[in-house]
This record gives sequence, C-alpha cells and structure tokens, in this order.
Amino acid sequence: MAGREWIGTSGAGAGPAARGRASEAPARTLALGWMLMTYLDHAATTPMLEEALEAYAATAREVGNPSSLHAAGRCARRRVEESRERIAAVLGARPSEVVFTGGGTESDNLAVKGIFWARRAADPGRIRVVASAVEHHAVLDSVEWLATRDGATASWLPVDQAGRLDPDRLAAELDAHAGEVALVTAMWANNEVGTVQPIAALAEVAAAYGIPFHTDAVQAVGQVPVDFAASGVAALTVTGHKLGGPVGVGALLLGRDVGCTPVLHGGGQERDVRSGTLDAAGIVAFAVAVEAAVKAQQEYAARVAALRDDLVARVRQAVPEAVYNGDPADRLPGNAHFSFPGCEGDALLMLLDAQGIACSTGSACSAGVAQPSHVLLAMGADDDRARSSLRFSLGHTSTAEDVAALVAALPAVVERARRAGAVKSTRS
Amino acid sequence: MRVLAAMSGGVDSAVAAARAVEAGHDVTGVHLALARNPQTYRTGARGCCTLEDSRDARRAADVLGIPFYVWDLADRFHEDVVETFVAEYAAGRTPNPCLRCNEKIKFAAVLDRAVALGFDAVVTGHHARLGPDGLLRRSVDLGKDQSYVLAVLTREQLDRSIFPLGDSTKAQVREEAARRGLAVADKPDSHDICFIADGDTRGFLADKLGEAPGEIVDARTGAVVGAHSGAYAYTVGQRKGLSLGVPAPDGKPRYVLSITPKTNTVTVGPAEALEVSTVAGERPVWTGGPRPTAALDCEVQLRAHGQVVPANVRLDGAGLRAELREPVRGVAAGQAIVVYRPDPGGDVVLGSATISAAA
Repeated sequence: MAGREWIGTSGAGAGPAARGRASEAPARTLALGWMLMTYLDHAATTPMLEEALEAYAATAREVGNPSSLHAAGRCARRRVEESRERIAAVLGARPSEVVFTGGGTESDNLAVKGIFWARRAADPGRIRVVASAVEHHAVLDSVEWLATRDGATASWLPVDQAGRLDPDRLAAELDAHAGEVALVTAMWANNEVGTVQPIAALAEVAAAYGIPFHTDAVQAVGQVPVDFAASGVAALTVTGHKLGGPVGVGALLLGRDVGCTPVLHGGGQERDVRSGTLDAAGIVAFAVAVEAAVKAQQEYAARVAALRDDLVARVRQAVPEAVYNGDPADRLPGNAHFSFPGCEGDALLMLLDAQGIACSTGSACSAGVAQPSHVLLAMGADDDRARSSLRFSLGHTSTAEDVAALVAALPAVVERARRAGAVKSTRS
Repeated sequence: MRVLAAMSGGVDSAVAAARAVEAGHDVTGVHLALARNPQTYRTGARGCCTLEDSRDARRAADVLGIPFYVWDLADRFHEDVVETFVAEYAAGRTPNPCLRCNEKIKFAAVLDRAVALGFDAVVTGHHARLGPDGLLRRSVDLGKDQSYVLAVLTREQLDRSIFPLGDSTKAQVREEAARRGLAVADKPDSHDICFIADGDTRGFLADKLGEAPGEIVDARTGAVVGAHSGAYAYTVGQRKGLSLGVPAPDGKPRYVLSITPKTNTVTVGPAEALEVSTVAGERPVWTGGPRPTAALDCEVQLRAHGQVVPANVRLDGAGLRAELREPVRGVAAGQAIVVYRPDPGGDVVLGSATISAAA
C-alpha cells in the first residue's frame, strides 16, 4: 500500500507517522518515479534531458547576476548570450529576437497583450484580436481578458472536425475587419488533440494584411520542424519543459520590428520588453534542451510516431468503439487522443492511474475538477464526447513497453468506467 | 478492501482516511467539489467547497500517501440538495440539507460511482459508530454525534459505509491528527450550511424565492398581528425576529406555530400551543433490525442536536407514527424523526422518517 503512491510523494512534507511508511520506498525510487511507471503524459511535461540537468546544476553553482558589471556578472551574462545564440540558431531567429521569459504562459500573455497594446497605441482603431477557438488557456484567457477588461473585440476562428484552421476563413475575417485588427494568434500545434496547423499559410494571410501573427509553438518545437524566419510569424512562444528543459523558463521569439508593450515592468533586462533577473541556469539548460530537441527532431519524430501509430492501432483493436480525435495526418508525432463513448475521462484516468499509467483528460480547474474540453467542443463534439476523452502523449523516454502496458490495461478499465458512467446517467 | 475516503478538507475526514489506511485497506481519497462556482479563499464562514478545503484535503492525502482526486458533483448537489432545500422552505417545511446530502450525494451518487469503479465501501469522518453487527450507533462523543444525519441511510448504504471515528471524541481526533502530522489538526469545525457562505439563510432564501409579503396571524384571536416579506423565512418554534405590531392579550411571548404556503400566512401563538405529542413521518427507513409489526417503546429525536424523548412508535403502511411520552415544542415538518433504542454501547438507530405532521 505504501508503495502505491511513491510516484507523487516527495516525502519531505510528510509527518512523523507518514515518514515511517514512506521509508519503505527508497529515496532514489522517488526521484526516478517516472521511469517505473507508464508515463503517457509527455505533452503535460516531459522528463529533463540528462545534459540539460547537468548544464543546469553546473550553472546554478556559479554566482553572478547577468546584469552585473563585474566579472561574475559578465560570466553569467555570457552564459545567457551563448544560450540565446544557440536557441536562435536552431529555431531560425536572430539572437536579438529571443526574449527570455518565465515560460509558455508568460510568453503568450506578453505576445497577446503586448502586441495588442502596442498596435492600439499606434492606431486607436485597432481593437480586434483574431484567435483560434482551440488555443491553450494562456492565449484564450489573455484574449478574453482583453475583451472583457480592456475594450478589445475578439474574433474566434472556427476549426473543422479535425481541429484544423482554414487560411481562407482567416482571409475572410481580415477582409471584413481589415482596419481594426491588432493581431492574429493561432497555435502551431494543439496541446490536446495534436492537430498541426498550416502556420505558414496562415501567417502569409496575416502578412498580406500587414497584421502581426503570433503562434504558440509550445507543443511544436522539437516535435515538428519549426523555423521562425521561414514561417513568417511575428512572434512565437516556446517553453523549456515540453522538450527536456526545466519548468519555468521559456522564450518569446519576437521579430525585431514588432512593437510589444511590456507586461512586467522593472529593470528592462530583455529588450525593455521583459523585466526580471535573468535565470542563467534555467536559460542554459533550456538552450541545451532546445538545441538537442531540434537537432534530434527528425529521428525523434519518426521513432515516436511509429510508437504512436502502434498505440492507436492497438487501442482501436482493443476498444473498437473508441473515437480517434484530431487530424489523422497533420499531427504531433507523440499525440494520441481518443473519446471512449459512455465513459467519463476522469474515471478512466483514475483507473489507469491506479495501475501506474499516467495520461490526461485535458484541463482541470484550480480545485482539480476536470472540465469538458473547449477544443473538442470547438471541433463539434458534444459535451458527453468532450468529457469522455483521454490524451496519451508519448515522448523521448517512451518505449514499446509503455504501449503494451496501456493496451493490456485499457479494455478492463474502459469496461469498468462504462459501467460507472451508466450508473451516473440512470440516476440523474 | 478497496475503499474510497471522502475527504472534505477537515480534520475528521482526514483522520478517518488515516485510520482506514492503518486498518490495511487500499484507500483512495476523493474531495467532492459541490459548489458550482467554487469561491476562492475566503475568510469568515467555513464550508466545504472552497479551494482551500480542496487543498487541505489534497495535503492530507499526501501525508497519508494515498492517491487523491477531485470529483465534480456540483450539478447533482445543486439539484438534489440546494434546490430541494429551497423548495422545502417554499412549501413551509424546514429541511436538513446535511441529511439530504448524505442520502443523495455522499452515500448515493458517490457510493454508486465508487462501487461501479471497483471500490467496496466509502469511508467518511462522521461521528457515529457502525460495528460488525451492522447497527448504526451514536458516537461516544455525544456532543459531536452525527447519527441523526446518517439515520436516513438504508441497509444497502450502511453495508457499504465505514465510519472509523465513532469510538473517539473530537478532542481525540484532533490529537491524533496532530500526532500524524496532518496540518488540519486545529482547523475550526464547520457549522454553517456549506452552500450559504455568509450564514444568512434568510437572505439566501429571499434571493432564490423573492419577496412575498404576507400576514402574520394570531392563532387564538385570528387577528392580523404583523406582516412578513416571505413565509418561507420562518421556522416552527421561532420567536425572534417576528416584529409583531399588536401585543398578545396575555402579554406573553408568541412563537411561530405553523406556516401555510397556500395563503402565505405565518401563524403565531403561545408556547403551549407549540407542544405536540403525536408526530407523523413519511418515507420511513428501518435499519436497526426487522421492521416492527407492533408498536414499539423507544426514544425519538426530532431535530439535529435536539432533545431525546421516550415514545411509542408504530410503522403503518408507508408511514411512521410516534406517540411522545412527554410533549415537545418546536417540531418542524421536513426535519427527520430518528428512532433510537437506548443501549449502553451507544444508542442504536432503529430507523427514521421525514416529519410530515405533528399535533
């Protein structure tokens, strides 16, 4: 029993009584918990690369604020600038276009609010934000905040049943509101169903109207080819912990001539667009991870997509009524997303979790309640289908054994969850 | 056994879960999200639906080393507890929402789902005893005893319930929580109705039911002695807050005797008129042995933490009838009548019913 929850137990916060129980699990097991479980939630966060961990630890041992003028400061600054160059080089950006932030959510907030504010300041008529309906909450809620609190008007671009955006639909929207659009934002790849968007085509449409285009590429970098300059986007969000770097560090790639009003005010460390002491150790580890992920992308995608295809085929065989969501072709290599009719996603998750298999139902509120996915709803699913879905996401540590473990457990879990679902619907 | 521990974020349910773990059960903790719009951290009134409570429950589960999930039962809770609560008041009765929550949510919706998902039982931190004999008894801590709000449970529900705290006092539970390193050890008890954050039941009802001005009538004279803005806001036996304009002929205090939704009238009268010695109940549940075929001498309790009186109880058809050995004041329709058999090992719950009438 005590061994059951080692995965999530740090042991540090445990009281005296609990400590006795936790001691049955050795400390090393706690740290490497993910290796002993079937971890199919890489899209939530993926294990840090060994080289990124080492780079982090090495840099964190040094002292020096990158903004300080003395030798220690210059040394820290050098690590940051080298990291900036490494990231710029592999993502097709100029070093000056890399603005370090505290991660994906901050980059998205900065891009959406900052570019909107800058554009409106230059032209008070530009009050409209065009965004896809399937954005991550970091973009979605930023746009909604601008709309409800800051006088913006939001246009939500619909997606088809596979979750894909249509560049012609964007063109029609921009045609209708040409003079009042401040920016367009659309994610490179969807975090839930894995659909990869035609970003270059969308950015080209926006460019034709002279409107800056932001893309949240948090799920895309390292998974599919991403080239900032070639894509034609004005701003791109990337984060560390989805590609083997640490949590809490990311970047906004921001074109040199794209105006952006700061969200965080202070020392102005990053191009006066973002303030806050630069996290040299985090940034170095982030750069190591970005470089490794991008350089390995082709080989990685081929290997993981093959695993994923195997997973999908075997899940469909084991549970024939399962509905495979998202675009079958233009899709992140590690993403498999299903609806299991008659089941509730959170029941499935709990039953799989009890067998050491980690997956995701989508987003949860701050209390931990699973919410029906806005992505699936936007794709035309009804509330029941949205609530019955699960995401399995593979990553750099995934193996055939992970797929086998899932496929072995799934039929009985689905059967049980369906019975639980039936109980609920007959009583309400 | 595989058991599901309902963890409110309070000290009782945390210790109950800890004891279930210690008893060797395979325990999974679940926090029930009951509020449709969970409020953020709030001070003052304590409920069981805040983010803070959810976090406290999660931290207790961490310390116990058990898996933890949040189950969303907000819609069911709203339908079965909140709406019923409002409708009962509108019908002139005085509901007990905690009892309804046990009947419809914790030991119905949650228990059913748990069983369907492969669990054998639900563990809660209620203060009541439920031994191997299957009988529900009062807690050793009579001040904290919750057998009254559990008496509505059926045999099937009790058979899948575990109440590990019945043999302990609240003080012992707190002490044990501290010893186990549970941060909720000194968290204050919740008293209020959890879905009425500020404790203002009257304001809550007015908000839901709107203003409905009507008359307050004296039972003896038939004269209108005051006005009210909604009969639903009154409870049988209530004395305070009546603001009667016409003094009683004998100068003695008057109490709410009855509420008549049809005419939107509140009837008041002297304390003696509140006394009842016959109570009728509907939808009886009987778990303390075979259903009695003859009248039975026992004890009854007519509201939570209310006095216990000797009575003679009979089950007839779909109802229950109790002749009280001594008159009782302030018996409100909608509350439960719970039938106990005195026992040195803890009074045994024999059965219960919802009070439909009293005279």
